[in-house]
Amino acid sequence: MIEVENVSKRYGDAEAVRDVSFRVDTGEVVGFVGPNGAGKTTTMKVLACLMPPTAGIARIAGFDTVDHSADARRRLGYLPESVPLYTDMTVRQYLSYMAALRDVPKARRAERVSEVIAAVGTEEYADRRIGTLSKGFRQRVGIGQAVIHEPAVVILDEPTSGLDPAQRIEMRSLITNIGREHAVLLSSHILSEVALGCDRIVVIDRGRVVADGTLPEITAAAGLAEGSSTESVFLALTGTGERAEP
Amino acid sequence: MKTFLIARREALAYLTSPGAYDIVFVFTAITGYLFIDGISRPFPEATVNRYVGSITFSMVFLAPALTMRLFAEERRLGTLDLLLSSPVSDWQVVLGKYLGVLSLYALMLLATVFYAALLYWFGTPDSGPVASAYLGLFLYGAAALAVGLWTSSLTANQTVAAILGVGILVLLSITQLAAPATGGWVATVLEEASLVTRFSDMRQGVVDISDVVYYLSVITLFLFLSVRSVESKRWV
Repeated sequence: MIEVENVSKRYGDAEAVRDVSFRVDTGEVVGFVGPNGAGKTTTMKVLACLMPPTAGIARIAGFDTVDHSADARRRLGYLPESVPLYTDMTVRQYLSYMAALRDVPKARRAERVSEVIAAVGTEEYADRRIGTLSKGFRQRVGIGQAVIHEPAVVILDEPTSGLDPAQRIEMRSLITNIGREHAVLLSSHILSEVALGCDRIVVIDRGRVVADGTLPEITAAAGLAEGSSTESVFLALTGTGERAEP
Repeated sequence: MKTFLIARREALAYLTSPGAYDIVFVFTAITGYLFIDGISRPFPEATVNRYVGSITFSMVFLAPALTMRLFAEERRLGTLDLLLSSPVSDWQVVLGKYLGVLSLYALMLLATVFYAALLYWFGTPDSGPVASAYLGLFLYGAAALAVGLWTSSLTANQTVAAILGVGILVLLSITQLAAPATGGWVATVLEEASLVTRFSDMRQGVVDISDVVYYLSVITLFLFLSVRSVESKRWV
């Protein structure tokens, strides 16, 4: 379960996130949508215990990300936007290293790594160096490391960006599967991308949550008729125009 | 336990990276050349005294070259975020990386034991100074690597990390030169703070506990600063 209560994050004078609140329950996949620079990555970094909020509280499975950071991190799987991986390791080496760092018992490690390799569909490449894999497969390995320790909470920052349509569909079903046992929060700057696979959508713009609900609910919140295109809902909620990343 | 896990990963990363082999090559080339130079002079002595100087000299440049990737590269690639969002303490991360690079340095030192073996083969060196010199080399290198680890933790740019590391190590190697120009306690501090002065006793066969404590203090200080630097990343 993810709980975000009145979280604000300020970088110097710039306020990246303002008074953001939402929650994600176990068994739920929630899409976190907003234009570039809206504060998605900042919110996710706060949840990943990488930085404390300036104000407000974020909890992972009930543990405060600041005061009980170690307990929170033990229950957290996180995939940053750039999909950082150690390119000199093979998929199997990398996943078993991550499993060990995240307290998967030694007796269970090899078995769990094989399970995850199968679950993310990388059996063929299990013993290849990550540096030689294509972007799509790296993304799968990235998701693999996020679920290797069976965390209560999984946070995925733009997991489908840079993938081709077939890969996106596969990624979506992968994430839906993960969502059965975990609380999943995934971000995207494209509403249609998350409208399909997610139970609920939180829309963020200029650091504030502007809508939270199912697609019909946020369509209504945008003041549009049901069945309106996802683009028009997105634009109505966030307005247009480019903004710089904080 | 996780400290050793990280240490093993770092050590293996060195063994699979061409950069580390470059550094080891340069290291063995410099030390090998100066070893030959030492024994080919008229009236050669069976002593490690000559070539150990080449090791301390080359480590001023090679230690930061070895350590620059430890944090800077992970920060640039973003893999540091994955490490820091895992249930691992900042001390475990810093110590793990430090032990990883220290084990590579131990291997490099081991390679130079070959020169000492040659001395034993063709002569009869005094074993006391050989042992104390190697103890000193290990401590000296360990201190240099701790400095390099810290500069690597400050930036995402490996070049900046290396230059800063070399700068600090050069300064710490020449503080004693300014000592005569000053006086009183300042001179004492400058004399005693030098990485080189501390080593000169050991290469002569004298192991003074204060020298050992000095190196251990430098190591502890820079590891502590590294932890602080990693921690501070969480508080931006």
